[in-house]
Amino acid sequence: MRLELIRRSHQSRLMTVASPLLAFVLTLATGFVMFALTGVDPVAAIYVYFVEPWTAQWSVEELFVKAVPIILVAIGLAFCYRSNVWNIGAEGQLVAGAIAGSALPILFPAFEGPLVLPLMLLMGIAGGALYGVIPAFLKVRFGANEILTSLMLVYVAQLFVDYLARGPWRNPEGMNFPDSRPFSPSQTLPVIFGDDIRLSLVFVLIAVLVAWFVLGRTLIGFQISVLGQAPRAGAFAGFSRNRMIFVAFLIAGGLAGLAGISEVAGPTGALRTVVSPGYGFTAIIVAFLGRLHPVGMLIAGVLLALTFLGGEGAQFALGISDQTTQVFQGMLLFYVLACDTFIFYRPRLVMGRSAGLTGGSGS
Amino acid sequence: MNIEGIVLTIITAATPLWLAALGELVTERSGVLNLGVEGMMAMGAVAGFAVAHLTGQPLLGVVAAILAGMATASLFALLTLVLVANQVASGLALTLFGLGLSALIGASFVAIPGQGIPTLADPDLVGVPVLGFVLAPFRALAEIPYVGRILFGQDPLVYAAVALTFGVWWFLFRTRGGLILRAVGDSHGSAHALGYNVVAVRFLAVLFGGACAGLAGGYLSLIYTPQWSTNMTAGRGWIALALVVFASWLPGRLAAGALLFGAVSIMQLHAQALGVSVPSQFLKMLPYVTTIVVLVLISRSDTLLRANTPRDLGRPFVPDR
Repeated sequence: MRLELIRRSHQSRLMTVASPLLAFVLTLATGFVMFALTGVDPVAAIYVYFVEPWTAQWSVEELFVKAVPIILVAIGLAFCYRSNVWNIGAEGQLVAGAIAGSALPILFPAFEGPLVLPLMLLMGIAGGALYGVIPAFLKVRFGANEILTSLMLVYVAQLFVDYLARGPWRNPEGMNFPDSRPFSPSQTLPVIFGDDIRLSLVFVLIAVLVAWFVLGRTLIGFQISVLGQAPRAGAFAGFSRNRMIFVAFLIAGGLAGLAGISEVAGPTGALRTVVSPGYGFTAIIVAFLGRLHPVGMLIAGVLLALTFLGGEGAQFALGISDQTTQVFQGMLLFYVLACDTFIFYRPRLVMGRSAGLTGGSGS
Repeated sequence: MNIEGIVLTIITAATPLWLAALGELVTERSGVLNLGVEGMMAMGAVAGFAVAHLTGQPLLGVVAAILAGMATASLFALLTLVLVANQVASGLALTLFGLGLSALIGASFVAIPGQGIPTLADPDLVGVPVLGFVLAPFRALAEIPYVGRILFGQDPLVYAAVALTFGVWWFLFRTRGGLILRAVGDSHGSAHALGYNVVAVRFLAVLFGGACAGLAGGYLSLIYTPQWSTNMTAGRGWIALALVVFASWLPGRLAAGALLFGAVSIMQLHAQALGVSVPSQFLKMLPYVTTIVVLVLISRSDTLLRANTPRDLGRPFVPDR
């Protein structure tokens, strides 16, 4: 018995929507089995992971705090992946944004007032975008593979922020803790709802709306789709592939940078040796799970934030290693990629050996 | 430290990159881009350490590392070859999954000292029956000044890497099987039309890549630093991927490239020992920055790169029956 794939004449609209849901259910089922095998009560574990975060106001707020950077980065990545540009270094661009934005309050601590925060945000966006331009430039000018260069730059950025926080930017009054000086209230994003929801949530909503408009309603969005799906057609239409590589990296880097500065000028309130627990990588999963569609990514981002929060809860309540979170995230991406196959292909189980070479009956 | 000692550390640092890249080279020659090397290495590392620790047999650990790499690779093969999923995204998924699962499995093995695998010239092996006798010539030859320990006093996996390099070269360019594998990588449509089973060839190539990556991971946790720590692969899987491009898909160049990267990654330790006053973070950046520089240099040259790039690399294949 074997599996045969038959190309559909049209993409399956049903599977486009059902695939991420199916992937989530399959991930839950696998997690259930995994917990049961390791001797953890699976019902309790799944509850702690996926339901409990919704039961208290503080944890719902925390959920959105974690979802904000993930969704911001994912929206930027959608521009890359739609145009077939493989930026996987968003984590590094996020760190670069955090560094660039923090430069202002750390180097000029006395600079206060209404101007400082907008400037920090702009510097964060610029820092991330500039860091994203490096792999774009190396790709366009030298043909260097952007997957590898953008990923290598993640390690460079992480080591650099570690150096800054332990070395020149360390708080002189910080009792030797490897943190920068804490940012003042005018240097941090204001809380707009509850105790923890900051202005950055508004950035996410704006980004979703703008991305939806740009991707679906403008020429640049059209160029991105054409160059991503039919590069030759794009070339004949006069769309520049090289320009698109720059544009995609600039947008993704800029949004990752915004996510980075929103983290340090938000929940953390200072520049530390580690800026993010891997939001830049989680965003890759969110981009795929959300079908590279802004609204889809909004939902997927909250779901992935749930795994971070659930992971912390599970470690606390059940003693499950928080590394389970990464396993869940990896599985989710596996399953969504597997389910996506059925958007384009109809599966058919064939009994016995196939007719193989002799059975050229066509489809 | 003397020159001999430095060369020895370079070879030890190079071997995991070398093994992992060699496997990926075969995978890519068959037309499949598996970006999950890092994840497969991590799984190999944790499986190798766990089995060696639980059984007390480091060699069983090596076997476990290989099997873990293959098992992880088979997930990727299932996804990209049977379900024709996007190879780039699937490779990323494999890395995230492998790093996570290895950390989960390894949680109870953190900070346990490992056993390690002795070199062939290890004096502790004198009393071991059979092995002590068989290895006697290595102990004698390792006494040769300057080159003795480099040639005869390595751990077994270094020799395995050398042998595998010759084996891969011989297979790819001197056997019918290698010709078929390269044909599948260069033009899956033509290979299919000639009656070769593209998916089966690629499946085997991916499994070989997984075995090598797993072995490379096992090298890290059993020999390089005999212990398990979370994320101990530290981007080596990605450097191995760059190494394949650097080598322009040729096994001989790959060996040279592995030694070069081994030298770069070991430089920070020696620089620190010499008291160079550069912050350690900058020295740790060296392998990653070198990777970028090397990729740029190599990608500029059409003759070096384009000539050997498998033409159907990364392209999904669906048999049209």
